[in-house]
Amino acid sequence: MADTFIIETADLRKHYDGVEAVRGLSLQVPAGSIYGFLGRNGAGKTTTIKLLLGMARPTGGRARVFGLAADEDRASVDIRRRTGFVSDDKDLYDYMTVAEMIRFTAAFFPRWRADLEQRYLRAFALPLDRKIKALSRGMRTKLALLLALCRGAELLILDEPTAGLDPAMTEEVLQALVTHVAAEEMTVFFSSHQIAEVDQIADRVAIIDRGRAVLTGALDDLRESYRRIQLVFDGDAPEPAFRAPGVVRVRRKGRVLTVLSSAGAERILDEARALNPVSVDVVPVTLKEIFLETVTVED
Amino acid sequence: MLFRPNPSSGVPIYLQLMEQVKHGIETGALRPGEQLPGIRPLAEELVINPNTVAKAYRELEHEGVIELRHGAGAFVSGQVREKKLTDRLRAGQTIVAAAVERLHARGVTDEEIRRLFEAELAGLSRSGGERG
Repeated sequence: MADTFIIETADLRKHYDGVEAVRGLSLQVPAGSIYGFLGRNGAGKTTTIKLLLGMARPTGGRARVFGLAADEDRASVDIRRRTGFVSDDKDLYDYMTVAEMIRFTAAFFPRWRADLEQRYLRAFALPLDRKIKALSRGMRTKLALLLALCRGAELLILDEPTAGLDPAMTEEVLQALVTHVAAEEMTVFFSSHQIAEVDQIADRVAIIDRGRAVLTGALDDLRESYRRIQLVFDGDAPEPAFRAPGVVRVRRKGRVLTVLSSAGAERILDEARALNPVSVDVVPVTLKEIFLETVTVED
Repeated sequence: MLFRPNPSSGVPIYLQLMEQVKHGIETGALRPGEQLPGIRPLAEELVINPNTVAKAYRELEHEGVIELRHGAGAFVSGQVREKKLTDRLRAGQTIVAAAVERLHARGVTDEEIRRLFEAELAGLSRSGGERG
């Protein structure tokens, strides 16, 4: 188990002061994947990341990274040493210049990649002698990313890496990640509430809602298996009890019956035809729709 | 030659890539023996996951559309298979043309025909798994 998954959690739990931030989260992140950890703000993404890095202790369940227990002190030091991490606030020392920050960070990592440092300095056009406190938000993110990419890590954990960036900068960051993964054989675990970027670069996804994974899987499998089936009837739509597997939701509105399926349309269509609809439509479902159907709406 | 797939269309990105390569062969934009971009540069160019490009290439090889030569990259398959492919498509086109003609005769509009085809394909996609 420990060898096949870079990150593995089972029934992971964390509560702070009566708030259950993570409530029985189970994840398996295979080596070499770009794993999108998708959830609304406050869904438990940052807390999960802190648990993985040993920066917070779980109140239940377990988390393993590289097969090491994240809640054991010595193991978690090893996890942090082998992981490039970009926190949601991109914490850097404001009083340092870009060059100083890079030298300072490089000193901690014997496997520091000077070649990548040069490449990303150029690609990101970072001003070496500017103080960090004077950097724009985009520049700050790029610097944090450079520091994470150059340390020779086997795993990158990124907490909302593109938060607050404009579309052009977002694209630059995504491109750097794709390039890096292709060249360095590593695993990326990134949290996001931006469905589009997960859609674009992730090959696997977990949707987290209120501290639980409500959906996990390979993105292409989800795209292939989710279908929306719309049936229109002459009179009021019936209230069928579908026996087919994978029925996620059935909505009835007047003459229209809409079925969301996570297991293709065929079995449902077989049953639906018996109801004599006047028209049948089957359409693919986007990740955005899947997301909106699986997470809890504001209450 | 290959353009950016639309990640939010609901269609798997590897399938979109496969379609693009096949379309390129049909239109002659890609010729037998021609080399396709490597996995890494293509992933970078399209800003998509390298595993997705690798999957598209694997499936295309499985279908005989391209050949993966060890260490050398991906190449459009030779004349014979390419011909088979276009023959198959041409035969399919004849069937589709006849069906469309009959549907038109019954007063079904283009947009409705498009939806019927999509519904049929979407409905069948689970059982066969074959989408080539």
